[in-house]
Amino acid sequence: MPWRLLRFATAKKHPEPRMFTAHAELKSSYDVVIIGGGGHGLSAAYYLGRDHGITNVAVLEKGYIGGGNTGRNTTIIRSNYLTPEGVKFYDQSLTLWQDLSQEFDLNLFYANRGHFTLAHTDSALRTMRWRAEVNKHYGVNSEVVGPEFVKQAASMIDLSCGGHAPILGALYHAPGSVARHDAVAWGYGRGADMRGAEIHQQTEVLGIAVKGGKVCGVQTTRGFIATNKVLCAVAGFTPRILDMVDIQTPLYIHPLQAMVSEPLKPWLDPILVSGSLHIYISQSARGELVMGASLDPYELHSTRSSLDFVEGLSSHMLDMFPFLSNVKVMRQWAGMADMTPDFAPIMGKTPLEGFYLDSGWGTWGFKATPVCGKTMAYTVATDTAHPLIHGFSLDRFRNYSLTGEKGAASVGH
Amino acid sequence: MKIMTCPINGPRPVSEFYYWGEVRNMPDPDTCSDDAWADYVFNRNGAPGVKTEWWCHNASNTWFIAERDTEKDLVIRTYLYGEQR
Repeated sequence: MPWRLLRFATAKKHPEPRMFTAHAELKSSYDVVIIGGGGHGLSAAYYLGRDHGITNVAVLEKGYIGGGNTGRNTTIIRSNYLTPEGVKFYDQSLTLWQDLSQEFDLNLFYANRGHFTLAHTDSALRTMRWRAEVNKHYGVNSEVVGPEFVKQAASMIDLSCGGHAPILGALYHAPGSVARHDAVAWGYGRGADMRGAEIHQQTEVLGIAVKGGKVCGVQTTRGFIATNKVLCAVAGFTPRILDMVDIQTPLYIHPLQAMVSEPLKPWLDPILVSGSLHIYISQSARGELVMGASLDPYELHSTRSSLDFVEGLSSHMLDMFPFLSNVKVMRQWAGMADMTPDFAPIMGKTPLEGFYLDSGWGTWGFKATPVCGKTMAYTVATDTAHPLIHGFSLDRFRNYSLTGEKGAASVGH
Repeated sequence: MKIMTCPINGPRPVSEFYYWGEVRNMPDPDTCSDDAWADYVFNRNGAPGVKTEWWCHNASNTWFIAERDTEKDLVIRTYLYGEQR
């Protein structure tokens, strides 16, 4: 190796600044401890610093940042949900997304593609009309379109889907977009770090100390930290953390798998979703087809992927795009989705004072990253649930007042 | 392919089965409080571990119990309801 390169590699001062500071030691106390260094946790740290001036914050991540569901989703961003609570919430998120690249000074490859949810049955079409009307009422660009419109946007599609699931129409959502997911975690991480928050990777939470019904600290693999406020944003690991503080929730974990094809020349601009065929597909900036299906059918706390999944998804994909028969699948993976019975998240305060929850993000968490951070930062800073998340409180299960978000992805309704 | 052992039909691919959730005891709806009922209806034991669950072999409509490790993805044993030894 050339001497100059070696000297560069071992130099303490790199000319190129790192994305964020590595802290050798944990401090003995913080104002806020955030468990989970994914998009949601880092975004909350970012808005705590930017909007509320709270910078004595630690983000604890047991693996590496953005290595959980932030880096495992299919990067789709949209706001055409069904319930008023969902539509208002996700639309706020979409607004935040559009400025993020500027704000971070980091290219998120945010690409506005347009999003189609295909209807293969009369009942699906009826739900699309319902969704379109709710969306329009809240000012979201959303409309029902016919099969010809779909064909124009994706000319390679077989509108009959192999003859057994003809496309009758679609819900078209023009603002639907994709973005580079790990860049989002890194952007929020860098922004939080610049404002003084500390990001500690390879730091696992072992227990949460409670005194007089209030949170007073967090036990980690690297020692004890005193704090009065803990935000839990750990997606598929939420039930394990909740076990430490004895909070009951309806959360249950199912793997959600996805896969990508080898890179192809650009041929698919929009994002297509079919609930009946259990497909969603978009083409990444690198040309790979990013594809997902539906949740694995039984509870599992593992990120293993399966051949059953690839076979099932590929066969449905060929119904829709027969010309893909020679295209190879390159990678497949899974994430642990924390599901709720009404397909809406669980956010806000909990029965334990000082313990805040950002969970239940199942198959719909990536698009909500900015607004989750913003509303959870508000909730933690003021100890009052943000108005946008009132419909998502844990209390709703005790009061039988579910939110019923039937616009969620990858789940049958 | 993942294999599940049906107590009647023997080892079969897991795609022939349906998962129906953990075996739980229903409180008496006439006497329990609203809170206890809501807890039964909605709350689940979401943490990983060995769980006792209802499964059904679709082709033969055989309902049975499976003990499964939800972290290691292992089926420990299966048996018909009431025939646990």
